[in-house]
Amino acid sequence: MKLELGYIQIKDIQFSKECKVENGTLYVDPDAVKAYLYEDDDVKAWVKDFSFDIAKPGESVRITPVKDVIEPRVKVEGPGGVFPGVISKVETVGSGKTHVLRGMAVVTAGKIVGFQEGIIDMSGPGADYTPFSKLLNLVVVAEPAEGYQDHKHEYEHAVRIAGLRAATYIGELGREVTPDETAEFETYGIKEGMEKMPNLPRVAYVHMLQSQGLLHDTYVYGVDAKRSLTTILLPTETMDGAIISGNCVSACDKNTTYHHLNNPVVANLFAAHGKTLNYVCNIITNENVYLADKQRSSDWTAKLCRLLDLDGALVSQEGFGNPDTDLIMNCKKIELQGVKTVIITDEYAGQDGKSQSLADADPLADAVVTGGNANEVIVLPKMDKVIGTLDYVDVIAGGHAGSLRPDGTIEAELQVITGATNEMGFNRLSAR
Amino acid sequence: MVKEIERAGIPVVHMCTVTPISMTVGANRIVPTIAIPHPLGNPALTMEEEKAIRRKLVERALEALTTEVEDQTIFEV
Amino acid sequence: MSYKVVHYINQFFANIGGEEMAHVAPELRDGFVGPGMALNTAWKGEAEIVKTIVCGDSYFAEHEADAKKQVLDWVKAEKPDMFIAGPAFNAGRYGYACATIANAVQEELGIPVLTGMYEENPGADLKNKVLIVATANSAAGMRKAAPTMAKLALKLMKGEKIGASAEEGYMPNGIRRNFFEKEVGAKRAVDMLVAKLSDKPYTTEYPMPSFDRVAPNKAIKDLSKATIALCTSGGIVPKGNPDHIESSSASHYGEYCIAGVDDLTAETYETAHGGYDPVYANADADRVLPVDVLREMEKEGKIGKLHDFFYTTVGNGTSVANAKGFAAEYAQKLLKAGVHAVIMTST
Repeated sequence: MKLELGYIQIKDIQFSKECKVENGTLYVDPDAVKAYLYEDDDVKAWVKDFSFDIAKPGESVRITPVKDVIEPRVKVEGPGGVFPGVISKVETVGSGKTHVLRGMAVVTAGKIVGFQEGIIDMSGPGADYTPFSKLLNLVVVAEPAEGYQDHKHEYEHAVRIAGLRAATYIGELGREVTPDETAEFETYGIKEGMEKMPNLPRVAYVHMLQSQGLLHDTYVYGVDAKRSLTTILLPTETMDGAIISGNCVSACDKNTTYHHLNNPVVANLFAAHGKTLNYVCNIITNENVYLADKQRSSDWTAKLCRLLDLDGALVSQEGFGNPDTDLIMNCKKIELQGVKTVIITDEYAGQDGKSQSLADADPLADAVVTGGNANEVIVLPKMDKVIGTLDYVDVIAGGHAGSLRPDGTIEAELQVITGATNEMGFNRLSAR
Repeated sequence: MVKEIERAGIPVVHMCTVTPISMTVGANRIVPTIAIPHPLGNPALTMEEEKAIRRKLVERALEALTTEVEDQTIFEV
Repeated sequence: MSYKVVHYINQFFANIGGEEMAHVAPELRDGFVGPGMALNTAWKGEAEIVKTIVCGDSYFAEHEADAKKQVLDWVKAEKPDMFIAGPAFNAGRYGYACATIANAVQEELGIPVLTGMYEENPGADLKNKVLIVATANSAAGMRKAAPTMAKLALKLMKGEKIGASAEEGYMPNGIRRNFFEKEVGAKRAVDMLVAKLSDKPYTTEYPMPSFDRVAPNKAIKDLSKATIALCTSGGIVPKGNPDHIESSSASHYGEYCIAGVDDLTAETYETAHGGYDPVYANADADRVLPVDVLREMEKEGKIGKLHDFFYTTVGNGTSVANAKGFAAEYAQKLLKAGVHAVIMTST
């Protein structure tokens, strides 16, 4: 399957009465976007109001609590549309041409349900730990309707859809714009790939998806990952939004929709494709809360690796704690099939770095890349402006009573920063 | 935490869903439970049925505490 | 005012001789000797070697107690800001001596220490106790080892925080420290996989731990006379979480009284744990902490007593060291209260 991405570089965002992308500037009318969001019944039912704001790199701005970060894209040629099964119809995506509004993102923020999470600082020490401080962010702050606490699943769904709709609306503005740069990505059928690259090792990307229930879910073509058996996905499908995030706890290592669209494992495997390896496909597998599901999913992952006659598999995790067991199960079972693995994870080694980083372990996991210790403490300075609310800083995962100090600084673990210890290997942060 | 309680000399049984972690970390008496968000419950059932299952699981745990073990042992229900 | 350093080297690096002179007893000399010059030069006056102790490798091995005592006495008298031993490269007895004497100085005199050697040197067994710079396997590596050791030593003398092992050049010592790599994790992972697939060397960024075991305690003989206590890592707390136990990475545990409580309800209890869908536990906390059925069993006489207190913390991302500390503390409380057995529930 072959997909061409056309990158339209966005250098500025401005509110205006018009909606368009011109000379690298996105002009957007927040009322028009709001109207589009409210066309969805769930959004109408559960969101009392939206407010919009713009956050630029280098500004003294803090966005919190952050739910999702989404990159606007639009399918200009080929079957299907972005976010299949959720916004667009279920038709298979990943081929043809897609335009990308690069350099910006839609960020959904505001009260969520349960343990609010995520801080993005656009400047200061916190900015070094999140990739989103380098983007122009169009922030959509949602205010829940009365009674949302008794309808947490519905409210989460509404905000999730709102974010995707906003990204779709903005992405559409790039349809007729000529991209500044294009790139092509292609994977082959099994036989064709072997014929084209007979001497290169065959590698697949085992992509673990968080699927533990409210605020810890992931959707593939609209299907809740916890309901899915382990299966194959073609890498270019992810570039059209086949996978979207419903995951909202533990900001540092949850994969936002932006991460799914810009999956760095996919990007780096493609960079090596045809040179040092043959990138065969992705294998998506979940991280459920039942032991039998963990066993079944990891058994199937190993089975597919063997069936595909792979030489190697790169495994990325999402989350920590009990998913460490899924990670180790996958790694062990794949290795026992004679397929070599490298796993990407992050660590919870305590604030002093002296604790055991993962909840589970096995000597077969001998090739590990780490996104860093999420428990390391950071002090974030006061920012001039907060988009969202600081009310939840003390209770978000990584915060503690007194995290938000009277002088406006925040003392918390890296865990609070959106994307800080990402386990797809998005960042340069590591630990030894 | 289970190992610290054991170290203090008190017999302890670990009721948990992700038994591989309990095994790796070294608990000696383990009872597998239903699911991570509700180890001793099942919201798909009625309150009565749930309580009956909970009772059965706890009874197994107490059985584990009255059983001599040499090595790590999983007491299935 | 520059920092004062005492340097320990062996007979070979002091130019006394080779194996045939490995029996020499410790000597105290003024200023730097041999490789000490490279360290001094690197410090550019910020620190200097005031005394060098020379000891034969065989002497140390055969008269360890005496050698230690003598060296410690000399170091104590000098009151330096830092003690450096080696680097020993691949010399086994020398590496053992360096690590051992550095450890002794650290433990008994509380002075910061540093040594250096090749990773396969037997002295490297002490890398979790003593900071050891990783060097090449022969003295040809001195040109790189000396400046690395000097730089790290100066940081220690100044009381500065040291970075990750990969950044500063010391052997990973079990304390994880964050730092920024040159390349993103995904690229490092692909490169590592390509190396592994072509049987080329690679270094894992996180070596897997091994776990200690505790022997199981004797079983309870008579449940009807036993006091059973409930503990949990599922974060069950009284409604409102009065002690603010964190949703992740808990800094403390809670001790709560359930005397007279027959059942946990949505009005009275909730979960503080942020790592699982809380809806079910909030509706009925017995699903995580089975107070209702244990209370019934107590009334029926199946168990002697359900202990009046339960102990709770949040297992979400809470460090092993913290969790260990909590349990060690409350296990003592349970012992004092005469509890016979514990049921620990986890999510």
